[in-house]
Amino acid sequence: MSKKAKMQELNRFELRLSGLGGQGIITLGKILGTALALGHGYYVTQTQSYGPEARGGSSRADLVISSHPISYPKTENLDLLVALSQEACNAYYRYLKPNGVLMVDTSMVANTPTNVYKGLPFTTLAKDKIGLVQTLNILVLGAVTHLLPFAGQRRMKKAVEQALPPKIQEINIKAFNLGHREAAKHFGDAPAVWLEAEEMADAEEDTEHV
Amino acid sequence: MSEVTQLIHQYLRHNKKFPHVLCPGCGHGIAMGSIVRSVHAQGWSKDDVVVVAGIGCSGRIAVYMDFNTVHTTHGRALTFATGIKMAKPEMHVIVIMGDGDALSIGGNHLIHAARKNIGLTAIILNNNIYGMTGGQCSSTTPTGDFSMTTPYGQLEKSFDIVELARAAGANFVARGTAFHAQQLDRIMTTAFGRPGFNLVEVFTPCHTQYGRKNKFKNPVEMYKHISKTTMPLEAWSKLEPEKRAERTPVGVFVERDEPGLEERYMEMKKKLLGSAQ
Amino acid sequence: MAQAKKKRTEIFALGNEAVVEGALIAGCTFYAGYPITPSSEIMEIMAARLPRTPEGVFLQMEDEIGSLGAAIGASLAGRKVMTATSGPGFSLMQEHIGYACMVESPLVIVNVMRGGPSTGLPTSPSQGDVQQARWGTHGDHPIIVLSASDVQECLEMTVRAFNMAEKYRTPVILLLDEVTAHTREKIFLPEPGEYEILERAVPSVPPEWFKPYEDTARGVPPVAPIGAGYRTHITGLTHDPMGYPTQRPDEINTAMHRMFRKIDQFFDDIQLVDEFLTEDAEIGIVAYGSVARSARLAVTKARERGYKVGLITLKTLFPFPKPSVVALARKAKCILVPEMNMGQMSREVKRVNNGATRVRTINRVDGSIITPSEILKSITQV
Ligand SMILES: Cc1ncc(C[n+]2csc(CCOP(=O)(O)OP(=O)(O)O)c2C)c(N)n1
Ligand code: SF4
Repeated sequence: MSKKAKMQELNRFELRLSGLGGQGIITLGKILGTALALGHGYYVTQTQSYGPEARGGSSRADLVISSHPISYPKTENLDLLVALSQEACNAYYRYLKPNGVLMVDTSMVANTPTNVYKGLPFTTLAKDKIGLVQTLNILVLGAVTHLLPFAGQRRMKKAVEQALPPKIQEINIKAFNLGHREAAKHFGDAPAVWLEAEEMADAEEDTEHV
Repeated sequence: MSEVTQLIHQYLRHNKKFPHVLCPGCGHGIAMGSIVRSVHAQGWSKDDVVVVAGIGCSGRIAVYMDFNTVHTTHGRALTFATGIKMAKPEMHVIVIMGDGDALSIGGNHLIHAARKNIGLTAIILNNNIYGMTGGQCSSTTPTGDFSMTTPYGQLEKSFDIVELARAAGANFVARGTAFHAQQLDRIMTTAFGRPGFNLVEVFTPCHTQYGRKNKFKNPVEMYKHISKTTMPLEAWSKLEPEKRAERTPVGVFVERDEPGLEERYMEMKKKLLGSAQ
Repeated sequence: MAQAKKKRTEIFALGNEAVVEGALIAGCTFYAGYPITPSSEIMEIMAARLPRTPEGVFLQMEDEIGSLGAAIGASLAGRKVMTATSGPGFSLMQEHIGYACMVESPLVIVNVMRGGPSTGLPTSPSQGDVQQARWGTHGDHPIIVLSASDVQECLEMTVRAFNMAEKYRTPVILLLDEVTAHTREKIFLPEPGEYEILERAVPSVPPEWFKPYEDTARGVPPVAPIGAGYRTHITGLTHDPMGYPTQRPDEINTAMHRMFRKIDQFFDDIQLVDEFLTEDAEIGIVAYGSVARSARLAVTKARERGYKVGLITLKTLFPFPKPSVVALARKAKCILVPEMNMGQMSREVKRVNNGATRVRTINRVDGSIITPSEILKSITQV
């Protein structure tokens, strides 16, 4: 048994994953949610767009992550907005908190509403470096994992493996690693307000036995 | 005759208050007698038989019979019966419906029960009218006939129950009449012993609501009319095509042997549960 | 309800998935339904799970009328049954809900409410079916209506719904809303034996002595399943203790009063609420479903600002939990009732409040959930 390291204290960290239908956003939301809820032990609520909204080409998954039971399950003010399409970026930017972080796919989003954002050409990377555009969502997951100080790499990957059929696990883990690496290179560290307990998350990672 | 009467008494509920609700001359009672005799011929235990009935004069006959009986809602008897059969496949399920019940309000359930091929026998007591509610037209009221809601004659066409059931995929489809009681017994006995969805249409006269509005002096006239206008299927098939319209064929129209839904379901479960071990 | 404190299995599940888990834990072996958003996941998961259980039967019917018909049929044959639907399908089910009340058939109906009337807002949340759940079928009848506000509660309340259905021999309606049904959360799966699972009473006398609708101390007659040798008659017509149709006023009266009494005399057992900071509340909130979660956050935030606010979350909607709400109304200066309709539960609150304190409603019918900020604003305006 691993020594239980202390989790970073979170009070309603709100996150939105958005983009186009077919980009695997809902799966991304489910994996991220599962990993944070079951692997990391946070309280998590995950909601998503349904029906006409989901079919009309756009797709969205929201997560609230907290150290305490979550009352209101939906997001109100976002700490992190991931936009994988121009439309999504335009539509949801205004829901970001003053200190919130915008993360975009620069191969899809040409105009960002602000200069302060974290960008990587996720779609291009998936196509060219991995050779399978469908790994886009897991590539993004890698980048998000780097950015979230309370998210552990190994537990994320475990959740990816549990969620995907064996045939496509390997290539997706490759995508995850690439996303994580690229983010580490280009994004720098997580914003100071999220940071307080990064060491702890790392410490926890070290003591974990998979 | 007394033997037949005695037999019926074995199958009637003795703690049920009589008299019954049917009018003198009503054909529904004859059909009920036929059901009882056919169950007896099958040798089924009363405990294993469940009679599910819809709403109408037809549906009221369930209460008199000493089986498991369920008097359901108008048009939906087949859905209850489907649930019962799937929950207890070992039960013998007999469904009694009127023509309005089975074809007007319940038409959708009828075609789907036939398509599903759920293992039961559906008996439609067709009197061409809504008897219970006072003689309004049904979806089997012949074109031109009169009812409380077609005072100037029915403009619409009527359903051919046999053709409908055949097209919907029923395993067994037959038509009998309250006039030909012995033939009806044979048809029902056959239907009861078969797998899948079996449908028996029974012409039953309703003088009270249909006959009076359509120039039949008394119930006897109606039985005579049935006898004159029907003909065994075999003989009917040999008629010249132009003569066929005058007669309605009775007999067995469809006989297929596909397993009922409940049997196929149990097969699937066996496979699934087997593979889980 | 939960007793054991062992490490239990955790899953990250939708509200709709939790309903299925609850149903299977409660012993449900029969499901019949017709697909409709936002309830379809319940049906789809049942389709995958039930055939893999020893007794399980899953049926897709041609419509919701047929679904409830088949479910009642299976219930009469002794099964624990469930169906799930949303507004349009729930409307179609109404005649059979009355039938189930009349023949006293235990079953569970889940209605994941969406915006209405008519096809309305298929994917947006609403609480517009609350009074329909109570009074949708014709004729006077008692009924139990429950609700759940988070995913764990979806599981728990489904188990309770089955238990109440069996105990009181009645249909039980579980009202969820789109938000609760489509939120994913971590939940615990109880260990076997952790929840008490109730079964309907069966006759203890031989068939010759059995009267299927005879009064008992609890008002709940035992049920003889079809095929168990009792050969009873079941009818939607008003019936005498033997189950045979009757038109005698004395028999009708006795039957109807017993049907009401079997629920009335167990209000304490049936009426479930959750109280949050109500002891010293000057402002009370009464909410249910996903709106209760918004209200809870609003209460927390308002308390931080010094407002004495308390919340009653209704888990049982009908029979309406009068005692708890009246107690709150006695101490609070004002009661707020936020709901995603034009004021359906607030009618009940006003009825039991009987003018004692101010009742203010917060209503929303635009397909959006009522947010914590909206409720907070109303609190500060009181
Ligand atoms: C939903 C509903 N609509 C209408 C009725 C009224 N109703 C009772 S019986 C009946 C018609 C019965 O006619 P049929 O099925 O032909 O049976 P019959 O009485 O002729 O045997 C009608 C319309 C009802 N009970 N329920
Ligand atoms: S009204 Fe017609 S169908 Fe009804 S009992 Fe009388 S004769 Fe029979």
